Amino acid sequence: MADVIKVATRDAYGKALVELGEKNPNVVVLDADLAAATKTGGFKKAFPDRFFDTGIAESNMMGVAAGLATTGYTVFASSFAMFSAGRAFEQVRNTIGYPHLNVKIGATHAGISVGEDGASHQCCEDIALMRSIPGMVIINPADDVEARAAVLAAAEMDGPVYMRFGRLAVPRIFDEDYKFEIGKAVTLKEGTDVTIIATGLMVKEAIEAAEALEAEGVSVELINMHTIKPLDKEAVVAAAKKTGCIVTAEEHNVIGGLGDAVCDAVCEEYPVPVVKVGVEDTFGKSGPALDLLPLFGLDAKNIVEKAKIAISKK
Amino acid sequence: MDVVAKKELAKVACNVRKGIIEGTFNAKSGHPGGSLSIADIISYLYFKEMNIDPANPAMPERDRFVLSKGHAAPALYSVMAQRGYFPVEELKTLRKIGSRLQGHPSMKCLPGIDISTGSLGQGISAACGMALGGKLQNADFRVYAILGDGEIQEGQVWEAAMYAAAKKLDNLVAFVDNNNLQIDGTVEEVNSPYPIPEKFVAFGWNVIEIDGHSFDEIENALNAARECKGKPTAIVASTTKGKGVSFMENQVSWHGAAPNAEQYEIAMKELDEVLNGLEG
Repeated sequence: MADVIKVATRDAYGKALVELGEKNPNVVVLDADLAAATKTGGFKKAFPDRFFDTGIAESNMMGVAAGLATTGYTVFASSFAMFSAGRAFEQVRNTIGYPHLNVKIGATHAGISVGEDGASHQCCEDIALMRSIPGMVIINPADDVEARAAVLAAAEMDGPVYMRFGRLAVPRIFDEDYKFEIGKAVTLKEGTDVTIIATGLMVKEAIEAAEALEAEGVSVELINMHTIKPLDKEAVVAAAKKTGCIVTAEEHNVIGGLGDAVCDAVCEEYPVPVVKVGVEDTFGKSGPALDLLPLFGLDAKNIVEKAKIAISKK
Repeated sequence: MDVVAKKELAKVACNVRKGIIEGTFNAKSGHPGGSLSIADIISYLYFKEMNIDPANPAMPERDRFVLSKGHAAPALYSVMAQRGYFPVEELKTLRKIGSRLQGHPSMKCLPGIDISTGSLGQGISAACGMALGGKLQNADFRVYAILGDGEIQEGQVWEAAMYAAAKKLDNLVAFVDNNNLQIDGTVEEVNSPYPIPEKFVAFGWNVIEIDGHSFDEIENALNAARECKGKPTAIVASTTKGKGVSFMENQVSWHGAAPNAEQYEIAMKELDEVLNGLEG
């Protein structure tokens, strides 16, 4: 068996920016002294005239991004998720979201998988924050292929987009010819007993969980929800009708993220039991990412357990 | 500036002040004090300084205006109406449901607003982005922002100030409307931003101090800003909050309160008297 290719979605983000920069002279990139970590450094090297470092001042960076967008540029503004969605929340809300400007926020180092840096940097609240801004699109890619596709698609649309990337190298899931459309869920596997809806690095765990469940005779419908807003409600409701119960899986607080978005959709249209896999309303901690993820229940094993609970609630 | 031009500007500013009173009176809310204090500066910008076309508010080569102290929206709307962006009559819709004249400026609602503002400290960052965009596309447009003296207590203003100087944004001019009052009292009582000029100098700006109600001084400062290369310019303008309406002048209570019918009549009478004097 060939070795699994592992690439961090932040690396794919950095490469996609260079690719975009070559195609589109209107693309500019901003960073707040984290170009080496967010991987915007590649763009900086390739297009120094179109790269702006605001220094450690994320609030100002978001405003500068907004101002640049008003002069006709497609602006990518990058920092860690904690500082993009967290520190600069109100700048994103008022100066980018409210005027609906063409700013794409490339937020890296999201979630528990930041690892050793610990809780101060492990942002598990960003989806909740960004979901609450009217008109904000939120994409949480599962692998490097999807991350690249997300960046290219975000550049094509007009308006604000929050892209959530990880620090950790994650297994490649998708082929080169993978079709990506903002707001369109991807059904990875069809089944009838339970639906697993996963996003980001939890998609890989969900694939493993589905295999384990199938081995036990449980038929699993598996959906990759790369776009959390606007949520593909049609896909969620159709899955609810088909399987009668749902498990959601995300590297984010169980409050305010994918799980809540799915609950909102089914509550209104077709209520079924929903069990969430996510960070259980707690702060992260330091440690190697691959050890932390199972510690916080962010693994296939927990998805399998939660799937059985979901089925039992039907 | 010659006497005739100065008189014309004084008329504009007086009409702008009348519009501020008209708007806030009809809205029964709003911020007349800090709107009146910038009336002369904003009148000069919209009638003498800026390359703008009310018939083509999105003209790419236009100069940009950022009201970083967005609560002074009544002054911005009033000068835009005077300049012909929309009918003066529309000022009566300020803050009402369905109005394009939101409580704070919204670029999605009103053509001619270059960026939505209202949350203090954020406009100046957007102004930096516009100035940067201008440099990047080798465009000649200039960017004008107005900050409040209370507003500069926001840390983001200084993030932006550091950045504007670092990027040598000499196409950016930021006025500081130094009327010395904010909601909770004088700026010194609340959290002194003084000395303001020295702070901007330390951040690498070209700094000019003026009387913000003198058209000559506003003009000279803006001309000097144009001549200054490699640095953004801060024009620290000493102003009077509530300027032009006797009972509102230097009264902190008029930061965010609208005149009632009786006060409206007195204010309009005072301004009309000034206007009649200028017509004579």
